[in-house]
Amino acid sequence: MWRYIGRKLFVYLLTFVIAVTINWMIPRFMPGDPVRSMLSRASVGNPEALQRMNDYYTGVFGFDTPLHEQYLAFWGGLLRGDLGVSVMLYPQPVLDIILRSVPYTLALLLPAIILSWIVGNRIGAFAARKKLLDNTVLPVGYVLTAMPYMWLALLLAWSLGIVAGVLPTSGGYSPTLRPEFSWLFISSLITHWILPFLSMFIVALGGWAIGMRNMIIYELEADYSNYLQALGAPSRLIRRYAFRNAMLPQITGLAVQLGTVLSGALLTEIVFNYPGLGTLILQALNNRDFFVLQGTFLFVVVGVLIANFIIDIVYVLVDPRTRVQMTGGAA
Amino acid sequence: MTLRVNDLKVYYQTLRGDVHALDGVTFDLADGEIMGLAGESGCGKTTLGKSLIRLDTRMRHVGGTIELDGKDVPIADDKAMVPLRYHEISLIPQYAMSALNPTRKIGRMINELLRARGVRPVDIADELRRRLELVGLDPDVLNRFPIELSGGMKQRVVMVMSTLLNPSLLIADEVTSALDVSTQRAVAESLVEFRDREYVKSMVFVTHDISLVYQMADTIMVMYAGHIVEKASASTIVNAPRHPYTQMLISALPEVGTTTDQGRLEGIPGTPPGLLNPPTGCRFKDRCPLAFSKCSERPPLVEIEPGHWAACWKTG
Amino acid sequence: MSEIAGAPGTADAADAPEPTAERKTSEVLHFAVRNPKLLIGLGIVLTLLLTGIIGPFFIDHDPNEYVGPQSQPPNGEYWLGTTSFGQDIWAQFVYGLRSTFLIGAFGGGVAFVIGTTVGFVAGYKGGIIDEILNMLTNVVLVLPALVVLIVATAYLDVRGIFVQGVFIGLTSWPWAARAVRSQALSLSTRDYVDLARLSGRRTWRIITTEIAPNMSSYLVMSFILLFGGSILIAAGLDFIGLGPSNGVSLGLMLESAMKWSSLYLGMWWWFIPPGLGITTIVGSLYILNVGLDEVFNPKLREL
Repeated sequence: MWRYIGRKLFVYLLTFVIAVTINWMIPRFMPGDPVRSMLSRASVGNPEALQRMNDYYTGVFGFDTPLHEQYLAFWGGLLRGDLGVSVMLYPQPVLDIILRSVPYTLALLLPAIILSWIVGNRIGAFAARKKLLDNTVLPVGYVLTAMPYMWLALLLAWSLGIVAGVLPTSGGYSPTLRPEFSWLFISSLITHWILPFLSMFIVALGGWAIGMRNMIIYELEADYSNYLQALGAPSRLIRRYAFRNAMLPQITGLAVQLGTVLSGALLTEIVFNYPGLGTLILQALNNRDFFVLQGTFLFVVVGVLIANFIIDIVYVLVDPRTRVQMTGGAA
Repeated sequence: MTLRVNDLKVYYQTLRGDVHALDGVTFDLADGEIMGLAGESGCGKTTLGKSLIRLDTRMRHVGGTIELDGKDVPIADDKAMVPLRYHEISLIPQYAMSALNPTRKIGRMINELLRARGVRPVDIADELRRRLELVGLDPDVLNRFPIELSGGMKQRVVMVMSTLLNPSLLIADEVTSALDVSTQRAVAESLVEFRDREYVKSMVFVTHDISLVYQMADTIMVMYAGHIVEKASASTIVNAPRHPYTQMLISALPEVGTTTDQGRLEGIPGTPPGLLNPPTGCRFKDRCPLAFSKCSERPPLVEIEPGHWAACWKTG
Repeated sequence: MSEIAGAPGTADAADAPEPTAERKTSEVLHFAVRNPKLLIGLGIVLTLLLTGIIGPFFIDHDPNEYVGPQSQPPNGEYWLGTTSFGQDIWAQFVYGLRSTFLIGAFGGGVAFVIGTTVGFVAGYKGGIIDEILNMLTNVVLVLPALVVLIVATAYLDVRGIFVQGVFIGLTSWPWAARAVRSQALSLSTRDYVDLARLSGRRTWRIITTEIAPNMSSYLVMSFILLFGGSILIAAGLDFIGLGPSNGVSLGLMLESAMKWSSLYLGMWWWFIPPGLGITTIVGSLYILNVGLDEVFNPKLREL
């Protein structure tokens, strides 16, 4: 058990180190001067201020020190929780800016992933029952997974938001309100949340439904299903076993799909101008604010790693096969 | 008479047409009889085993009847078969190693199956433990997951589970082929013991291993290309077979108790005919050294001496 | 399964001995031309591919040129209407299809080469090499591809479709490596591979002559999935504004539609075609893949 967790932890730690290293390398080894390129769009009228920023960033990169010192200094800053200072919102620390956006992204991502997983699994299991149903669910599922997240977001924003005019299509809450704990503000939050959530939910649904359908068909053809059928067990019992056994690979699928759904969340946010990490990335790109960009990257990677680890542990707890193997069961 | 199969025809449906896997099979199985069902792979023996309990989706019942303890067995009607399954007819499948749900504890799976078949698990719990002990398993296996058991242990669990409701007929389909020789013996002996204790009334033991079946079975039935060629007591089939196919099959075996240095083993030349458009008449005639003009008619299965049936014009 | 042995046997006896490979091919064809999923998927993909290849030859201006009246809905002259700058959306769409197929083939190709190589070597060699490659695969697998790509391409001042393809390939190979590895692992223990190994053949030759051909159908399907995946990732990158500089692609069309408020101007003809194009291509590829799976995998063939 601990060996398995230790192994997983090691891979995640390694991934983190590699991600940090990529993050450190990119501005240094890509062609061009990162500081000049970064400040080229900074709208600072005062040349003195610009010079100050220039000095600050050159200092942060530490171009005058040897590479390995730059690398160690980079890690040092990181471990102190220092992701640098933003260019577009100079002199705000990058970490603060990111932390402001994270709740919005999580509010979209977590419900969208979890609900689409649950509903998708149900639909997939249901589809495996009937030929007719299967022939509709399967193509629809594939078309949904083939859909770029931002496109469905655009379609929903246009149809439900603009044409039907029932839901707002931009921002995290109404621009006339200020964040506060009031019914008015919360209801504004919710109405602004519905469309981005819905579009992510729908796209993600397809993949889960297809995965579940394939897994359950496989399970229904498994030897234990045949055996139970030969012994006259009702299909209710067999389906229950198949569903449960098909769920297990779907949990692993959750980890595998995490990156895709996350990308989807970022793209969806951009369409709805939803104030999460996706919109932050777009702003950072437009302002060439590489510190915000790289900080976000690290933040996302850490988030994904933590989520992966949680999924691993859940899997161990849920699947008796791994659980037994890892607690060193007899025989 | 436990089982009476009369002119049973079961075909496989494929895109190319019907495969005549069982083409007019007639035999009886007496109370307490263990019948070995032998033949090359593809001869229809597994199909016959399946037909007695559950046709899979590609199999189609074309004709013939099955009676068990005087009652009709409606194999073409999947729903009507359900009450018979497990209670009257049970199966130890070829894939016994993987027949248990990997994510359920064995005891729980058995209980869920029993409940689904209208049996209260508590009524049978003691018997279940006794039988597990009989086959040499600690009743504690009920609290284990299948992954914690060895292949032989799983095999024995399935044996106990399949026979728990004392069925009239047990179909044991190639149950020993995945096991090593010593385990094969133990399994075969347990099955005989089950019959002796009347856990099962009679048994069809499907195998391609004639030497094993010779030691445990009362009778042996040999099939070839969807037909029955010969049925007789185990010793008769091995020592005095009459049908040319059985003779060649037996002579292809290493002789029991001898080594093989004198005279090398010979297979039967040729391959069995395809069953998509099977030849008319005797299906063995193309490989048969004794074939003559009459063989283009199908030879009937006749009782050439008491308890010894053969389908060949030369033996009639 | 074993009991069906009678079926193929018949064909052998009836139509004289044919070489097995040939027989297998004809059997696959037999099922292929009867599989609606395969035929429909392939039909749509090929139609769009042809449109992308031939279409641009009928357009005599640069797709990004301001050629017509601004913000026109679809009409006889401009089939898909025009943008708010007067660009011909049909022209952009046709060129966009072309670059979408290009990025799919290129990104998918790079990922395929890396993924299969890593998978084969890991699965065949085993031991410490397998451990290391497996770890590498796991590392790249957990990294969210799009986010890595955003950071990596953000520093590039000039981006071309080939650079994009390479970057996408570098981040999207891991699942293919995993899948190929597990297949290769099971194949590498087969007798004929053992025989080849005993006879002293080089690893690379064994992989290419003994193992790969025996999973060719599997490889084809992996490539198709990687192809579709690359298209989607590229569309995402383009949409964020990290697409090929001064290029045309379906993703870039979506980006400019978004950037220039087509949504609020009600110019649906600007953002519907590119997204529909991507969805249709990738969706058809997926359905084509299901069809292929049914054709190659006898278990899935239905009666």
